[in-house]
Amino acid sequence: MSAFLTTTAFPYCKGCGHHLIDRNLVRALERLGLSPLDVVLVTDIGCHGIADKVFATHTVHGLHGRSVALGAGIGMGTPPGKKVIVLIGDGGATIGLQHLLEAARLNVDLTVIVHNNMLYGMTGGQPSGLTPEGFRTVITPEGSPFPHHDLCRLVLDAGAPYAARVIGLGDFSDVLQEAVDTEGFSLVEVLEICVAYGVKRNPGLRLKELAKEAGYETGVWRGDPRPPLRLSLQEKDSLLEMEPVAVRFTSPLGKRMGLVVGGSAGEGVQRAAELFARAAISSGLHVTKKGSYPVTVGVGFSTAELVLSRQPIAYHGIDTPDAVLVTSEDGLRHEADRIRRMERGTVWVDESLPMPETGAEVRVRDFRGRAGPRNAAIVALLTFAHETGVIPPEAFAETVRRSPIGKRVPEKALRVE
Amino acid sequence: MTDETKRLVLTDGSRLIAESCVRAGADVYVGYPITPASLIYAYAARRFPTILPAPDEITALQWMAGLSAAGRLPVTATSFPGFALMVESVNMAYMMELPMLIVLVQRMGPSTGTATAGAQGDLLLLHGVISGGYPLPTLCVADLEDCWRLPPAALRLAVEARTPVVLLTSKEMVMTQRSFDLARLEDIEPVKRAFYEGTAPYRPYQADESLVPPFLPVGNDSHQVRLTASTHDTQGILRHSTDEALSNTRRLQAKVEAHTPVLYDLDEQREAETLVVTYGITAGAAREAVADLRARGTPTSLLVARTLLPVPSVYYEILDRYPRVVIAEENLQGHLARLLFGHRLPEKVRLVTGIGRMIPPERIVQEVEAK
Repeated sequence: MSAFLTTTAFPYCKGCGHHLIDRNLVRALERLGLSPLDVVLVTDIGCHGIADKVFATHTVHGLHGRSVALGAGIGMGTPPGKKVIVLIGDGGATIGLQHLLEAARLNVDLTVIVHNNMLYGMTGGQPSGLTPEGFRTVITPEGSPFPHHDLCRLVLDAGAPYAARVIGLGDFSDVLQEAVDTEGFSLVEVLEICVAYGVKRNPGLRLKELAKEAGYETGVWRGDPRPPLRLSLQEKDSLLEMEPVAVRFTSPLGKRMGLVVGGSAGEGVQRAAELFARAAISSGLHVTKKGSYPVTVGVGFSTAELVLSRQPIAYHGIDTPDAVLVTSEDGLRHEADRIRRMERGTVWVDESLPMPETGAEVRVRDFRGRAGPRNAAIVALLTFAHETGVIPPEAFAETVRRSPIGKRVPEKALRVE
Repeated sequence: MTDETKRLVLTDGSRLIAESCVRAGADVYVGYPITPASLIYAYAARRFPTILPAPDEITALQWMAGLSAAGRLPVTATSFPGFALMVESVNMAYMMELPMLIVLVQRMGPSTGTATAGAQGDLLLLHGVISGGYPLPTLCVADLEDCWRLPPAALRLAVEARTPVVLLTSKEMVMTQRSFDLARLEDIEPVKRAFYEGTAPYRPYQADESLVPPFLPVGNDSHQVRLTASTHDTQGILRHSTDEALSNTRRLQAKVEAHTPVLYDLDEQREAETLVVTYGITAGAAREAVADLRARGTPTSLLVARTLLPVPSVYYEILDRYPRVVIAEENLQGHLARLLFGHRLPEKVRLVTGIGRMIPPERIVQEVEAK
């Protein structure tokens, strides 16, 4: 008995082509001079999948249709020289088509052997994406109405260096050997007819005739050779290498304050608020900065909420703000409810906007005009610092100047007027 | 004016999670973008020794399982829509006993819901996510310090118990920036990985009294490794329902229960009649509420749960000490409350729940005072 096997008693139905695939695979592995521990056999759900227990290689038995992705993970994680071989059925290839295409695209170092017996055998003979048109199954007694996928063409299009289709009769170990020996992704589709369900429903049908009629062309195709995907482990810099904020200013802030900046996406609201938060830290305060915007970050409203406090902040929500800065129409629309609910506090609005309904004091200022809409939030926050004294305006202006955007913010945006 | 011992920065939880994972020994991040977990992905790309962009979340988890089987320690982060796709593969990794970390960043559902609104709506999903009701270890971060401390604890558990682990968090924890003193962060000890070194044939599911089988990567040169998602014996051979196979399946539950660390914060006040119970993003509001109540002369105790699954029995001992319990969480149903008490809550239990915005401290104060 081959060193690759634990038994010669394969667990398949009498006459099933899977026997032949396993025998041909063993022949191929032996000819390649591999030892069983050089090979990781990855199988999934389907009759072919019960093969794992007869193999003396490493074996991994996963989920229906996912063995190519699972094998890809193993292929990426194991050292070069190990052979990852994925056994999959036509049903599994259908459900996991995406995994085949991705493994081919990335050129993961593995070999996929597709047991195409034209239907789902383990569950009673239902049609798969590889069932040929006209082939009769338990679900399509008049013949499958749809054409089948051409897996070889699909993986070649996706970038596979090697694909082959063989009739599952006799000795096809040379093709399997070539596939396993290929560096990178390879696929061999072996055509069979399920003896339990295919033969019964399609009496007299011969495999070679079926392949011909269905347009299942046999052969070996080679794509452009490419280096296979190998994991490289890189040392990278710590994410904590951030420049700490020095406390160089003071703040007269008494009780905690909730500040909302409402503007438009793409106008730098989040960045301005973040810089203001850093300025608050440099003024000895605790601060939180929460962003809110639609998933389409380049359009619509953009709201930043800042909580400023002398004490550590455990809860960073703002239900009724103490101050709101509105720099654009999007911001006003989005914050309208909250502004309306305010019974005290202050709302600053850009002079281009209508006066909002609110119980808060409203101050009209020029935010957008002074240095353009992209700097409106910076102008608004500087105005806020100046008019409230919550943090020194200079603390904010200096934080902006020293930031990565400092060079493109015009000085007039950072001057108190 | 500057305190030289401090390193004050503005940071979010995503940065701390990514950094602490790598320091703890995680070496591969498999990513698929989804709001509000994408920030973790972005930081991971800058920090993890290897980053792999997956084409979908099923592939992400399958790649992670394969990488884990090969001896790597993979991490991903996702939100409900992505996690839903991962569920079958999480079950697979649980059955195969493959260490990995999944950071689940909650957002408001159902379905795609509001991607940019936080929530705490996935705890009951996690409770039942392993077919058969087996516990999937779940730790939950309550503040920025937790974003630093819990990923290593989760990874240690994943390795020591050979299991996928979920780190539960939500949008406001990983995306909101806060002033933070980096000098407060403790050093992280890398998770030690021990591989089977015996000479006897390796049995991938043969456990000693620790209930955890020794690990050996597939593809090693010394011993055959068999891994399977199907019911199996200690060798990793598929079995329908033999005694050995069923005993192996039973072990999975016992293993997780034995190894999951019991992590919580208990701040008890003498004479308190009410215990506020919370977890995750609502912990901030609960802390402020309890401080406020105490300042007003209402003694109140606070339990912040970090280990959510399996439910630590000590929580019941703590709960039993109080005539009133207020459970606060950002969902409509009261997931932790249902998890602890089922669908008929004891008379003494009151809920503070809601969706769409964080639970404010005032609502917790109100409920504690509403006797």
